[in-house]
Amino acid sequence: MSLLNWIDKRIPFSNTMKLHITEYPAPKNFNFWYLMGSLAIVVLVNQIVTGIWLTMSYTPSAEGAFASVEYIMRDVEFGWLLRYMHSTGASAFFVVVYLHMFRGMMYGSYQKPRELLWIFGMLIFLVLMAEAFMGYLLPWGQMSYWGAQVIISLFSAIPIVGEDLTTWIRGDYVISGATLNRFFALHVIALPLVIVILVFLHLIALHEVGSNNPDGVDIKKPKGTVKPEEQAKYKFHPRYTDKYDIVDAIPFHPYYTVKDIVGLVGFLILCSLVIFYAPTMGGFFLEPPNFTAADPMKTPDHIAPVWYFTPFYAILRAIPDKLGGVIAMFLAIVMLALLPWLDRAKARSIRYRSKLHKLNLAQFVISFIILGYLGVMPATDLYTLMARIFTALYFGFFIFLFLYSKNEKIKPLPERLTK
Amino acid sequence: MMKRFLMALALLIPAAAIAAGYSGPLDKADIDLKDKASLQSGAQIFMNYCLGCHSMEYQRYQRTFEDLDIPLDLGEEFLQFTGDGVGSHKFSAIDEEASADWFGLTPPDLTMVARVRGADWLYTYFRSFYVDESRPFGVNNEVFENVGMPHVLQELQGVPRKTWERRMVDGEMKEVYVGIKSDGTGSMSEEEFDQAMLDLTNFLVYTGEPMILERQRMGMFVIGFLLVLLILSIMLKKEYWRDVK
Repeated sequence: MSLLNWIDKRIPFSNTMKLHITEYPAPKNFNFWYLMGSLAIVVLVNQIVTGIWLTMSYTPSAEGAFASVEYIMRDVEFGWLLRYMHSTGASAFFVVVYLHMFRGMMYGSYQKPRELLWIFGMLIFLVLMAEAFMGYLLPWGQMSYWGAQVIISLFSAIPIVGEDLTTWIRGDYVISGATLNRFFALHVIALPLVIVILVFLHLIALHEVGSNNPDGVDIKKPKGTVKPEEQAKYKFHPRYTDKYDIVDAIPFHPYYTVKDIVGLVGFLILCSLVIFYAPTMGGFFLEPPNFTAADPMKTPDHIAPVWYFTPFYAILRAIPDKLGGVIAMFLAIVMLALLPWLDRAKARSIRYRSKLHKLNLAQFVISFIILGYLGVMPATDLYTLMARIFTALYFGFFIFLFLYSKNEKIKPLPERLTK
Repeated sequence: MMKRFLMALALLIPAAAIAAGYSGPLDKADIDLKDKASLQSGAQIFMNYCLGCHSMEYQRYQRTFEDLDIPLDLGEEFLQFTGDGVGSHKFSAIDEEASADWFGLTPPDLTMVARVRGADWLYTYFRSFYVDESRPFGVNNEVFENVGMPHVLQELQGVPRKTWERRMVDGEMKEVYVGIKSDGTGSMSEEEFDQAMLDLTNFLVYTGEPMILERQRMGMFVIGFLLVLLILSIMLKKEYWRDVK
């Protein structure tokens, strides 16, 4: 252990490991939903590693991009595997992140004192959307090109500066090799760097306030209020025990590391089924028109964004006015970020909240899913009407929540975690 | 089992809506990527009838020959008409600008046409040409309305016409549309032509994703390994959590 000693005299290695992993107190009642955070980190690592290898064979130019992707698929050893891992990883990232966000909404994990933790999470979500959008241009297929065309043109709805702004973003008057090159730079360097920094801050914020749990009650009680025999029997870092009496907690490692490995392997099996047996996922992970090289002269019959953007795309199309649609789409994300202040209830977890709240959250989830479905379908009269109704319900969730949560009748909260 | 389940799942997804254009019924292309004879026959039709105008520029001859169990020298002699080495990509025989002039647009590259259109679409399309004197090439296509190409397989199929028959419907004699029928002047019978088109579809599905079989095979090992790992990790978790009350 002399090497460890040598290191510990120079950087706080052992202490950091104890503080954040081996002696970090985690509530003992984490369920399925608490797996998503670790999975998100694994997917992030997968995206970075497969991305590095893809970059080795990819050509970021309008002339070479499409052919270089096919070169990766056909001529590079295991190139197809890297590419499918990366494309499946992108969709898996959003699956995991959406479930992670829903967990936070269900158990009130955004409530005081976790507001900043939630905000960092929302920033990660925002940058992740930009990252995915720019990455989707890189294969330079028809849907890459025209999807980017639609989304970038949204900025032109902004009054006065709109047109100049879109030209500035594209670096050209149309989407061209210049756009591809800058999206490549942002996709492989700038945004991943921002995401990694935000994830770091997200974790720092998490460990500062401690994890919430399915009961939404604190496991850290004021020092001296809990009898020693009732306190958790494990050794925790003095950083936590000096200030608090800790109940119903277990160290993150080994308990949650071994538990998360089970979830991770299950998750990898699901991802493998997609990668090896349905890499396009029926046109949802990789859209059929994207197997045709981008052609600025030929607009596809139906332009649909990738599935993870479709709820927001449906909101955009639901508003008859272009600028209004852009604002609504942006607001749909801002509302989520404002949750810590919109929800004024005295209880965090859905387990102790009113029937009204449960119904409201349920309708929000249903609206979100239906909007997602509408986003891939052509905008017919019926679908547009439906998109408007469910957009109203989407925003209704936040408005209702703000109104009823202050005087919401909650069930009595337990002192300790239940099960 | 799992594969079937996933495929069924994929079918539920409204992806067909994305494929756009023709929305009528398609004939099921019952292809088999393991059937090398079918792939070889498809390759032969493709090289002889398609590659004249369409390119397949992302697929190499050598890769094709190796995957289809065609000896390189035989492939070079009987399937490669461009005269360059087997390592080269498959480019069409005609000049892009000239073909754009003749057809109104450059014939699309066909490497991944099966991934864009789907196997069923291709199989139905090949068999849906019919005589239509109002069109520049004298033919039209049921699946691809006002298609800009001639019916290059006519010498195989014969002249295909839309056919009506007088039939008794609800007590009245009526002209009923019975589909496209060849006049029998082609070198193939209807069954032979259908099989040839199935082979061609098979070949195009292969070129769209030449590693399909490799990926499915590897998937079994990866998932098998993960299943073992899953059991071990569940046991490990149980062992550790024994003392958590």
